[in-house]
Amino acid sequence: MMSRLSGNEAVAYAMKQINPDVIGVFPITPSTEIPEYFAQYVANGEVNTEFVTVESEHSSMSVCIAAQAAGARSVCATSSCGLALMYEMLYVAASCRLPITLACVNRALSGPININNDHSDSMGARDSGWIQIYAENNQEAYDNFVMAFPIGEHPCVRLPVMTCMDGFITSHSVENIELLDTDVVRKFVGEYNPENYLLKKENPLAVGPYDVSSYYMEHKVLQAEAMKAAKARILEVAEEFAKISGRHYGLLEEYRMEDAEFALVLIGSSAGTAKAAVDKLRAGGVKAGIVKIRVFRPFPGEELAKALAGTKAVAVMDKSEGFSANGGPIFAETRSALYDLQVRPYLINIIYGLGGRDIKIEDFEKVFQRLANIAMTGEVQPVYSHMGERSKEEIV
Amino acid sequence: MIYAKDINEHTPWQDLTPGGEIYEAGTARAFNTGAWRTNTPVFHEEECKHCMLCVPFCPDSAIPVKDGKRLDFDYMHCKGCGICENICPFPAITMVTGGVAK
Repeated sequence: MMSRLSGNEAVAYAMKQINPDVIGVFPITPSTEIPEYFAQYVANGEVNTEFVTVESEHSSMSVCIAAQAAGARSVCATSSCGLALMYEMLYVAASCRLPITLACVNRALSGPININNDHSDSMGARDSGWIQIYAENNQEAYDNFVMAFPIGEHPCVRLPVMTCMDGFITSHSVENIELLDTDVVRKFVGEYNPENYLLKKENPLAVGPYDVSSYYMEHKVLQAEAMKAAKARILEVAEEFAKISGRHYGLLEEYRMEDAEFALVLIGSSAGTAKAAVDKLRAGGVKAGIVKIRVFRPFPGEELAKALAGTKAVAVMDKSEGFSANGGPIFAETRSALYDLQVRPYLINIIYGLGGRDIKIEDFEKVFQRLANIAMTGEVQPVYSHMGERSKEEIV
Repeated sequence: MIYAKDINEHTPWQDLTPGGEIYEAGTARAFNTGAWRTNTPVFHEEECKHCMLCVPFCPDSAIPVKDGKRLDFDYMHCKGCGICENICPFPAITMVTGGVAK
């Protein structure tokens, strides 16, 4: 069914179709609309979800953890500082192996306080043990949210899933979107039937017990193995999803990479702009391409290395500052992934788009121009730089 | 199903439960927390009148009772706090230094 929805509406609609048992609710821009739309579905009796309003995001995630442990399928939505306030509980959800689904609408972290888009919120939570899937547009935001359930809930995985979309750019822009029939979605996600749960009276269960040092590490290895197993499960679910939607998703998306000499690695809505730049450059004979990372956790290191193997120069575009003084998080992962290649491309890192700073087709063209210069001269300095900020100096 | 009795500090990660979940009740009974003890109560049965004051005062459940009589300490769970010695109206409990009753 064709429709026109904003990213937030699309996720709220997916939630309605899935009809989860519990939603933990606390508002924060730009994700507020998701529970707002969903509240209407609850009020209209279109879902029978328990709508639990709480006093903070720490509590909304706590609600989800308790409900999921009890055996209820739980969802949540948040952004920015809300996600930051959840951090403690994000780790608890992941380590208790509770497959909660969270819609993260990416927004800059304070401070200075800013409500616009970058990826510093979810990138800060990248090591919390959650699966992270990023959307380029509304369609992907909807599709990723639907796929999240059969991914996270599978017994081999049992991990919470964070589906991310860019605040305002995706969450508030209305785009054409193809929605699945509710029956099809419900059949696809199925019922949540965990083997053990707190309300299973035949079999008492303790969740999240204290771990002494002779057990903690083993449980962390179990968790790490689940994250490794998630990779295959994500692809399996994507394959099933293609059957009901006709839309094919991988861990990453390669755009015009078949013979690309120069490539960008990026995440989220900027991929759309970058694709337009690639098309323009390709028309002019430049062998440009992009690799859009869809799944950041688990990180598709081998797949990324394979995609970039034939290139001459690559710019990794990070929409968050890691303050490592050595480049952003996507750069760190990408550089590590490429280490095992026999012949490696030149690699630079550009931090862009912080706090909603716009990026245009021409900006991406400049990046490709720089990559061409690097390939010609071998001069990569500065390896790590920023783009789009007002400056007295310009990097050529 | 993985049972708590089958798990110990030598169990490889492959045989542990996800998230450390425990699928039974009351498994703390099988877990030795008495190793934390730095002082140890000693029970002198001949002095004990079985008034049972020590039993509810024990913050753990380290004083077993059977047929109206208290038995010797459950050292697997006693933390050596000394409350029992303090509350005992008779010289039936004395504390000794160290984790082992001498």
